[in-house]
Amino acid sequence: MERSLVLVALFAALIAALGLIPKIMLASGAPITAQSLGIMLCGTILGAKRGGAAALLFIGLTLAGLPLLAGGRGGFGLLASPTVGFIIGFPIAAFVTGFVMERLSRLGVMPAGIIASLIGGVVVLYIPGIIGMAAILGKTLSESFLLMTPFFPGDVIKAVLAGVITQAIYRGRPHMVLSRH
Amino acid sequence: MLSLTFPRQTLLHKIPAWSKLMALCLATSALFLINAPVLGTMVSVLVVSAYAVLGHDFFKRGIGLIWGLWPFIAILVIWHVVRNDYPHGIIIVTRLISAVGLANLVTMTTRLDDMIDCLVYVCRPIAIFGISPKSVGIAIALVIRFIPILIDRAQQLSLAYRARSGKPASWRIIFPLVFTVLDDAERVSIALRARGGVQE
Repeated sequence: MERSLVLVALFAALIAALGLIPKIMLASGAPITAQSLGIMLCGTILGAKRGGAAALLFIGLTLAGLPLLAGGRGGFGLLASPTVGFIIGFPIAAFVTGFVMERLSRLGVMPAGIIASLIGGVVVLYIPGIIGMAAILGKTLSESFLLMTPFFPGDVIKAVLAGVITQAIYRGRPHMVLSRH
Repeated sequence: MLSLTFPRQTLLHKIPAWSKLMALCLATSALFLINAPVLGTMVSVLVVSAYAVLGHDFFKRGIGLIWGLWPFIAILVIWHVVRNDYPHGIIIVTRLISAVGLANLVTMTTRLDDMIDCLVYVCRPIAIFGISPKSVGIAIALVIRFIPILIDRAQQLSLAYRARSGKPASWRIIFPLVFTVLDDAERVSIALRARGGVQE
């Protein structure tokens, strides 16, 4: 009980830290905030329930007014901003990533992590993200989809990274990868 | 860095967090009913002038926060100019400014611990899943304590990486970062258990 609570808190903090220190992740100036990598890792390492809880904790604190979102954003204004769908989508994405990860237990940790991150952290995250953008900016869904395409390559790279990192953790600290228990 | 709450007390600071949040919900829903560009513009001017009423320093900080929306506003302006659809564009842009402006007003005038109290209160239904609502409070405290530690650790690791390789730190430092914090998590959970633990 204590360990899962601490791990949930730790991963919520990790999402925040990845958003506050983007410089370590920027690859060749691509528009990559590492924050969604944190969301993917929540799912691939902590599994569905705890990963979702960590992401929920993160957005709860962000909405309460901690400037934890990439670029130092926070507060209730986020719910009225065009990125609202991603805020709401974070816990869903972490949950689905973890859910897929748990279902792919026959696969190796790295391929399972990459597939789970692609499904949860890219496909599932984009759905509320695009709906939110369409609603706030008053655009159609396909127009909003178009606005999202520049981020797609970076997100695929992050999904691969999430798989590689999860594999490394599974080798070094297997008991910490709760999605494989 | 640690909170968006404005340090100087204003009139709005005295209103309880709950009433501000309820008012915000109502006001934001009402914003979506506006369908005239003139009315939309008037409301957004009203919201921005509310910042001005609360003082020059408050105004500067508030505008700084709203300014973060500029990429979206730029896209909207270009879009609606190209489409020659000005009224609709004005409604959407002013609604965006008003909604974000109002919400930031609440965030800037409410203490973080009051906001977290509301958060813990909203989380009370999780008791039906067998999770103690108190654990939410502990988790929040842990996150707030972990964040500076993680940032500090990441900076140390990137310095160490640069010192040894002569190159700027790359994404590779994420491996030692995650390993060291996982080990910290193990120790923290043992310490938590030693101090009585979290009630199931």
